[in-house]
Amino acid sequence: MSQSQYVQSSAVPPQVAGGQEALRARDIVKRFGAVTALNGVSLRLQKGEMLGILGDNGAGKSTLIKILTGFQAPTSGQLTINGEDVALKSVDHARELGIECVYQDLALVPGLSIYHNMFLNREPLRAGPFRLLDNAQMKRRAAEALEDIGVNIPDVNEEVARLSGGQRQAVAIARAVYSKAKILLLDEPLAAMGARESGLILDLIDRLKKRADLSLIMIAHNYAQTLEVADRIMMFQHGEVTFERASAETSVPELLDVVRQNYKVVRGGA
Amino acid sequence: MSAHTHKPAQTELGTKPRPHIGKRGLHGFLRVREASILVVAILLIIYFESTNVNFLTDANLQTLSQFISPWVVIACGEIMLLICGEIDLSAGMVFALAPFIMYFAHDAGLPLIIAFILAIIGCGAIGFFNGFVSVKLRVPSFVVTLGTMFLINGFTLTISRGFPVDTPNDGIFSFLMGGGYAEITWAVILVLFMHGMLRNTRWGLHTIAVGGNLLGSAESGINVTKIKIGNFVITGALAGLAGILEASRIGSTDPLAGGSNMMFMAVAAAVIGGTSLMGGSGTIIGGLFGGLMLGVLQDGFTINGINAFTFDMIIGAAILIAMVFNIHFARLRNMGKLK
Ligand SMILES: Nc1ncnc2c1ncn2[C@@H]1O[C@H](COP(=O)(O)OP(=O)(O)O)[C@@H](O)[C@H]1O
Ligand SMILES: [Mg+2]
Repeated sequence: MSQSQYVQSSAVPPQVAGGQEALRARDIVKRFGAVTALNGVSLRLQKGEMLGILGDNGAGKSTLIKILTGFQAPTSGQLTINGEDVALKSVDHARELGIECVYQDLALVPGLSIYHNMFLNREPLRAGPFRLLDNAQMKRRAAEALEDIGVNIPDVNEEVARLSGGQRQAVAIARAVYSKAKILLLDEPLAAMGARESGLILDLIDRLKKRADLSLIMIAHNYAQTLEVADRIMMFQHGEVTFERASAETSVPELLDVVRQNYKVVRGGA
Repeated sequence: MSAHTHKPAQTELGTKPRPHIGKRGLHGFLRVREASILVVAILLIIYFESTNVNFLTDANLQTLSQFISPWVVIACGEIMLLICGEIDLSAGMVFALAPFIMYFAHDAGLPLIIAFILAIIGCGAIGFFNGFVSVKLRVPSFVVTLGTMFLINGFTLTISRGFPVDTPNDGIFSFLMGGGYAEITWAVILVLFMHGMLRNTRWGLHTIAVGGNLLGSAESGINVTKIKIGNFVITGALAGLAGILEASRIGSTDPLAGGSNMMFMAVAAAVIGGTSLMGGSGTIIGGLFGGLMLGVLQDGFTINGINAFTFDMIIGAAILIAMVFNIHFARLRNMGKLK
């Protein structure tokens, strides 16, 4: 089959070869009733590496992300994080291991302020018996976090409902990065965004890439953009990985060719 | 414009502030909203006082507080539920059942305080059942609690055989629960407590989050099942408390007390006070003011001899106005969200 030929040639990019492994997934299967969203997906992520994942709608990309964040349990398969086999029990568990995610839907609450969103489900509490929210601390640290990743949002009291798409994306990324994230998962961070805003988010991602301790997985639709920013590319189709290669060793025409060939295979087989 | 060119350290995502609606967005608006309902209630008090000298008398203020208190206590729970996107239609029936649980437990030889605690736990358990079926079995809470509303009413009528009983009493308990202003005191304390909880605790924040973005809250690791079921438990327990307060004041435990009218008045107080039926926002203090406004109307009309039909028309109009206000406000907000 034409697709296996691509997968077998998969290579760790030279610049990170021999580096430590941040994450490994083996034979991940995920079924929703009769739907098989993931049909035996394996991947590796080196420390400091950025992996770009491409693929059509419904290919299973978000499902993989949700398994890596502990939001959903895989039907079968094994995850290894920092060299240790783990079964993620919850989102909190994955967070403890340094996995943070910017979900496709951003997981922001429109009616809450920026700072409450930034600390959603890990709100600092004031000292004392009443377990009250430490709003002052949240405001201060939220402003710091936004400044830290170089995003200028004037007022952290602002409701998220009133932010632009790019601003929301920035808040979601700041939230994920601010907490000691070691592995950052970005699910279509450029979707539904104008050229100007997606340029700004790409700049932001570029700066995150320079952090040696941070490994990234980014799901995207735009082949050219993804090739430019990611170290390595994986193609998802129908719940399987059909192509994997270092960005430097592939090109947009080749990626398009993979997609075309795979459709032939699927149609021919059906 | 070409994307992905390198920029200086600060990105420009924040340079274009969106148009402001209130100074502080939703919360600022709600505060204005709460205050405006309070102003309406005070204007009504002034009006009724000017048309009837008996309005601001001690006796009438007690009557007024007794109208308002059960609505407000139940509204505290309903508001939490409405914020997280649910509703409890059975609260008025739990209200009637609670003092019977206390009565039978006391009758069986338990001390009154234990019987009281048992009754509150029992009502909390009903709330748990409502929540469990709604959240875990995924039946909309409107339907689940419509079912338990009838079920509990039938159960209360069965165990009481349809007749009232004398509410058990001993000195201190009855004074704390049934004295002249005891109910309103409980109501105000509960409002302050619940308001603080909604605004200043993780539970409150997560309740708003779950109602505002259910999936996103779950993705953030919030236990949305726990939040929702917990708020059903709170509503059940508060409805039970309200029922016992009323039965203790009257001295009689009536199977026909409360009912769906009581529940709807609590929901009306919540909505008029500024809680959205669409979830994601709400205010406990607003519920108190909404209840005050409704109580003043009902009481004022009663002592002025205006009939109950007029009252119903006024509440109906007030709810409609409040909802149009809420929805119009949501639309304004969405406009601010657009580019
Ligand atoms: N919670 C779910 N329940 C049922 N089916 C689901 C669920 N989540 C995803 N799916 C299905 O799994 C497949 C993969 O979806 P997804 O991972 O969202 O794809 P992608 O992110 O690549 O567009 C789709 O067919 C989708 O309908
Ligand atoms: Mg997706």
